[in-house]
Amino acid sequence: MSPELLALILDSTLETLYMVGVAALIGTLAGLPLGIFLATSARGELFEAVAVNRVLGVIVNATRSTPFIILVVAIIPFTRLVAGTSIGTTAAIVPLSLAAAPFIARIVEAAVREVDPGLVEASLAMGATPLQIVRKVLIPEALPGLVLGVTLAIVSLLSNSAMVGAVGGGGLGDLGIRYGYQRFMPEVMLMVVIVLIVLVQSVQTLGETLARRVNRRQRQG
Amino acid sequence: MTAAPSPASFVTPAHGLGVRLEHLGKQFGAKRVLDHIDLAIPAGQFVAIVGKSGCGKSTLLRLVSGLDEPSSGRIVFDGAHDGEALRIMFQEPRLLPWARVLSNAEVGLPASVKGEQRHARAHAILAEVGLADRAGEWPSVLSGGQKQRVALARALASGPRLLALDEPLGALDALTRIEMQSLIERIWLEQRFTAILVTHDVSEALALADRVLLIDGGRVALDLDVPLPRPRQRGSAELARLEGRILDQLFAA
Repeated sequence: MSPELLALILDSTLETLYMVGVAALIGTLAGLPLGIFLATSARGELFEAVAVNRVLGVIVNATRSTPFIILVVAIIPFTRLVAGTSIGTTAAIVPLSLAAAPFIARIVEAAVREVDPGLVEASLAMGATPLQIVRKVLIPEALPGLVLGVTLAIVSLLSNSAMVGAVGGGGLGDLGIRYGYQRFMPEVMLMVVIVLIVLVQSVQTLGETLARRVNRRQRQG
Repeated sequence: MTAAPSPASFVTPAHGLGVRLEHLGKQFGAKRVLDHIDLAIPAGQFVAIVGKSGCGKSTLLRLVSGLDEPSSGRIVFDGAHDGEALRIMFQEPRLLPWARVLSNAEVGLPASVKGEQRHARAHAILAEVGLADRAGEWPSVLSGGQKQRVALARALASGPRLLALDEPLGALDALTRIEMQSLIERIWLEQRFTAILVTHDVSEALALADRVLLIDGGRVALDLDVPLPRPRQRGSAELARLEGRILDQLFAA
């Protein structure tokens, strides 16, 4: 393979890492509180707000059920508003984050719901405030699930990032389509797939190791 | 709150908090669980509440400890008290699995206790329940009885004036249960908080309580004083007589 092609693959890998990294960060920052709120705002719960909970639930579902490529195109005006432009790698971060946040929120919600309600009740009985319970009970208790959830979200972001070529986002997926498919260069396609496999494997292994580490202390109480 | 001069000084007898229940009722939907309970529990008394499963005894305890709101009537405490005055201990230890034993005991301390004081007081209270040497362990390596001791330590850490015990020994084996009963009695004799113990074990109620209440059909069906000296002789004729009386009432209902 020519050095030019290798440089191209390296550039695309960096673009993918940049898009996925920033989108995972934004998605987590938005998805974590959203997920915790979804898990704790139903009737009789810590931050009871039934109506808000329902509305947010519908919005999350709507975002999750929109195919990513349609989401990318549909929110172009919003992307332009936020990123100043609707094309390019940085612009692609907007739809990627927007898709990642509700995904992460649902995973966080599931992890937080797994926390023993008895612990929450015991903390309430000792006068803990709802925010203290979130910080000192819910998040530490749900941590292994949260780590695995973010791992899952990053893997799904890697797959989504292949589609942002549609708005000039660049990255590995875009390279694979333009060179591997449209110019019929199977060796490029193969390299792209191999790099993606290595990325997914690394993310997954890292996430699982981290989850195991935070879980080590957390045997059944 | 004044800082304790020495770690052990929190065991100075705090006086109990008396409580009065006035026409207390609780309904879940159409189901009436408690029906106009009128009851006065004087400060420092050890009350045991017995009854069949689902008779409302745990509900009563949850109302007193503020975990549920009454549907009708009210709960009046004798005088002002802060959030640290009431503590509840559950059937399950409900410890934080990712925090060591010492940290779990510290959870019960008021926020006003800071830094080294927290460790010192938590250590002292762990010593009180016989777990001084397990402070650095994770909860997962402890036995069921030891976990309940940690839960007891956590409940006692703030020096509560009223301790609600919701079948705290129900999941323990018979020998551990007797040990824990002696422990609870000893600490209660030292600290003289008001204790309300919900149990399905009539002999446990009689071993510990000054007064046994039998709840049936949402009402107090029997209110029995147990004027026996402590420590009580297990299997004594007097205890057996009282136990027979409670059980008769329980099954007559």
